[in-house]
This record gives sequence, C-alpha cells and structure tokens, in this order.
Amino acid sequence: MTFWERLYLIAIVKGLFITIKHLFTRKVTIQYPEQVRPFSPVYRGQHMLKRDEQGRENCTACGLCALSCPAEAITMKAAERKAGEEHLYREEKYAEIYEINMLRCIFCGLCEEACPKDAIYLTLSKELVPAQYHREDFIFGKDKLVMPLDVAMKNTQLKNAN
Amino acid sequence: MDSAFIIEKSVVIVTVFALTMIMAMYSTWAERKVAAFLQDRIGPNRAGAWGLLQPLADGLKFFSKEEFFPNTPNKFLFVVGPAIAMSTALMTSAVIPWGDKLHLFGRDIVLQATDIDVSLLYIFGVVSVGVYGIMIGGWASNNKFSLMGAVRAASQMVSYEVAMGLSMIALLMMTGTLSLKEISVQQAGMNWNVFYQPLSFLIFLICAFAETNRTPFDLAECESELIGGYHTEYSSMKMGFYLFAEYANMFISSAILSVLFFGGYNYPGMAWAIENWGVNTANILGFLALFIKICGFIFFYMWVRWTIPRFRYDQLMNLGWKILIPLSIINIIITGIVLLRNEILTFLGF
Repeated sequence: MTFWERLYLIAIVKGLFITIKHLFTRKVTIQYPEQVRPFSPVYRGQHMLKRDEQGRENCTACGLCALSCPAEAITMKAAERKAGEEHLYREEKYAEIYEINMLRCIFCGLCEEACPKDAIYLTLSKELVPAQYHREDFIFGKDKLVMPLDVAMKNTQLKNAN
Repeated sequence: MDSAFIIEKSVVIVTVFALTMIMAMYSTWAERKVAAFLQDRIGPNRAGAWGLLQPLADGLKFFSKEEFFPNTPNKFLFVVGPAIAMSTALMTSAVIPWGDKLHLFGRDIVLQATDIDVSLLYIFGVVSVGVYGIMIGGWASNNKFSLMGAVRAASQMVSYEVAMGLSMIALLMMTGTLSLKEISVQQAGMNWNVFYQPLSFLIFLICAFAETNRTPFDLAECESELIGGYHTEYSSMKMGFYLFAEYANMFISSAILSVLFFGGYNYPGMAWAIENWGVNTANILGFLALFIKICGFIFFYMWVRWTIPRFRYDQLMNLGWKILIPLSIINIIITGIVLLRNEILTFLGF
C-alpha cells in the first residue's frame, strides 16, 4: 500500500460519504398498522374451521392436523356427540376444544393438507394476527376459528343458487 | 461577593446543568434517528411527533425497571461506579464558555459557570477521573465480562489521554493560555485554531472518540465480545446513568472541540453584529453558533459510528502509541519551529 492508503483517512472519508448518501435516500420502512405491505395473490392466512351445507362443524377431532403441524401449534380435545346435537356436528365425534397458538403457527398449510374432512383451511383473509399484551391472547380457540353460522348459510344459498 | 453575583452564577450553573441533561437526553433520540436514517429506516416516531417524547419514555422505563444487584461483595462500589461516571460527565461543563456576556439588569452576565485560568487542565483532570466510574463499576460487578470491559476502558483511556494531552500542547504553545475563555477570545473573526493546527485537531478528534468510548473505539462495551462490557450487570437507572454519562460526555467533548478548534461562540461578522444589533443579540447568536457547532460534532460522532467498524484491540493500541503519539510530538516540534522562526534564523546568522 502507498503512504496515503496506509493512512486510511481517505478511505474513511469515502466511507463517510457513502453513509451520508443514505441519509437522503427513500426510506423503506412500512408503518405497519396504518400501512400494509401488499400481499401476494396466493397468500393464505388466518385458519378457519369449516361448516358443511347444513351448518354443522366438519371437524371430527381426528388429530391429523395436530400431528402434521411442524410447529406443534394445534391442540384439541375430542368429545362424543350427544343425542340432539346432530345439527351442530356432522360426525359422532367432534372437537370440544380446538386451539391454535398463533405465536407458533408458521402458516405452512400442512394442517389443511392433512385434514381428511376438509374441516380446517387457511383463508384468503389479509388480516394479520394483531398485537396483544398477553401470550394467552394469541391462543385462538374455537370462538375465533369456527366459521360463523351465517357465513355457512350464505355459502349454502350460493351453492343452491348455482 | 454580593448576593446578585451568587444568584447570577446559580442561574448560569442551573441552566448549563439543565442544558447538558437535555442534550444528553435528546442525544439518545438523535442517535436512534440518525442510525435509522443512515440505514434507510425512519426510527422512533410513535412517542410524540417524530418520536420526540421517546427519551421521556426511555427514562420512565429505566426508572420502572427492577434494580438488580449481582452477587458482589462490593455493593457500595457497585453504586458508586455510575455515580462517578455521571458526576464527572456533568462537572466538565463548568468551564466551557457558552457565550461572551449578556448585559441584563445593569450588569454583565458572563455565560460561563466559572472562568478559571487552568480550564483545560481542569477538564483533563475531571475526564481522567471519569475512568474510575467505569473501572470501579466494572470491577465491583464481580463479572468477567465487566472486568474485561473495565480493563479495556482503563487502558484505552490512559493511552489516548497521552496523545490527547500532547496534541493539546501544540495548540497551547500557539495560544499561550489554558483558559478556554481566552482561547475563544483569541479566535475572534475567522481565526479558528483548526486552520492553524489541523493535525492537532485531527489527533484530538480521534482521541475524543476514544475518550468517550464511541465507535470505532467502543471496545469497553463491545456487544459482540463482552455483552455490555462494564455495564453488563447494571440495570434500572444505574444502567441509565452510565448511558446518560456517555451521552453527556459526548456533548461536552463536542463543546470542547468547538471551543478549542472551531472558534467557540465566535461566528463570522460577530464584531459587526455587536456594533449594529447590540451586545445581547450578538451574544445570543454567538451561543446559537456554538450550539450549532456542538450539534454538528454530535452528528459527526453518530455518523462515524455507523460508518467505521470497531477496531481490534491491538490495532487500537498500535494507533494510540505508535501513530498518534509520535505524530503529536512531530506536531509540537513543527509548531515550535514556526513560532521561533525569527530566533532560529537569527541564531543561524541570517
């Protein structure tokens, strides 16, 4: 190296100019809650437990989704359908508790693939899991996951109309 | 000593104290903003407009955190460490001339806490005591990382203090005084010392980086090797004091750099301003000029932090002992020759 190169001062000044240029470049930050990154058209998020045409829950609590889940985010507890609950659950067995831990879920969609009853699927919803103050709030139970009844009815009507 | 004098000095001291604290507070904000902007980000912007309340939020958080004591036999020293760091950081601001003088209530108010004629020695003395804060804190933490950080900080400060002092000597040979006020007065007009002593300025600047433990010389607290260095074991406001002291030091060293080399409160056309706009306006402008210079240096500190990576420890020592000290000695010799050129010429018989 020559004398001037060994001084490093010129290199340092050059480096300083590189960094100062970034002071004036466009910022790449996305201000999340107000501004949302555009999603890919094939994006799938936010699980939903489906109902069939008569509004009965598809899930039979076989546990294949929990088994296939690489993040081990799904827990469920099976229960037997009582007489008089036939309008609620399609099969004799149903999930009494069905929970997905949204902090663990990686939205890979393997649960959807594993499901033999077409019960769980990832929706097109662009809503991300909102920020919470407590970890328990990130465990989504059936109240948040099961498809609302009116949606199921509307789907049935659409199907019948076609 | 009349009571008016005491009141005047108290007001000046409280103002300088508050100014240092506020500057240290907002340096943390500025650090984060500058860091963000240099990295194409936006930085804190949720607490208040442009994140201006962020320092308050940080301070509140520091106060509300658990006060953790490591298993150390030296609880007293553990508390004394940050206290020394903080108090020495605030003490240096006493001798800095923030402006010339204001003419208020029929008396001249000098904008300086005290104008002692050994200001520069005082600053060197206080700054070297500041090392004890880091050393005692790191040692009392009873933690190997802290001890390593403290040892590094101590040796780094000791070796750079030498080069810093030597670089100062060349400047002092020229100014002939140790009083910062005198040095400011001598730089009136555009007679800034940086034009006469560029090498001295460069050495002093590099040493100031080392003295304030800023990147590229932040070996005392390098995260990748020593977790947090000397403040690894600290939490709550004791940690806050260390960080605060670092920023206060940065502010003070920027002030010293501006006063010694960039004319202090002088600005071009100051004599004209005093004549036409009166003493008060001109000197308030002078204070603002000094303030702008200080902010410029603080920005420079941050700018360099995000440009130059940290030195290796042997490189640091090499730079200090093998390059900066010989350079400053050469600088002293050159300054001496230039100052005594007439005598030398006479002696040689020209």
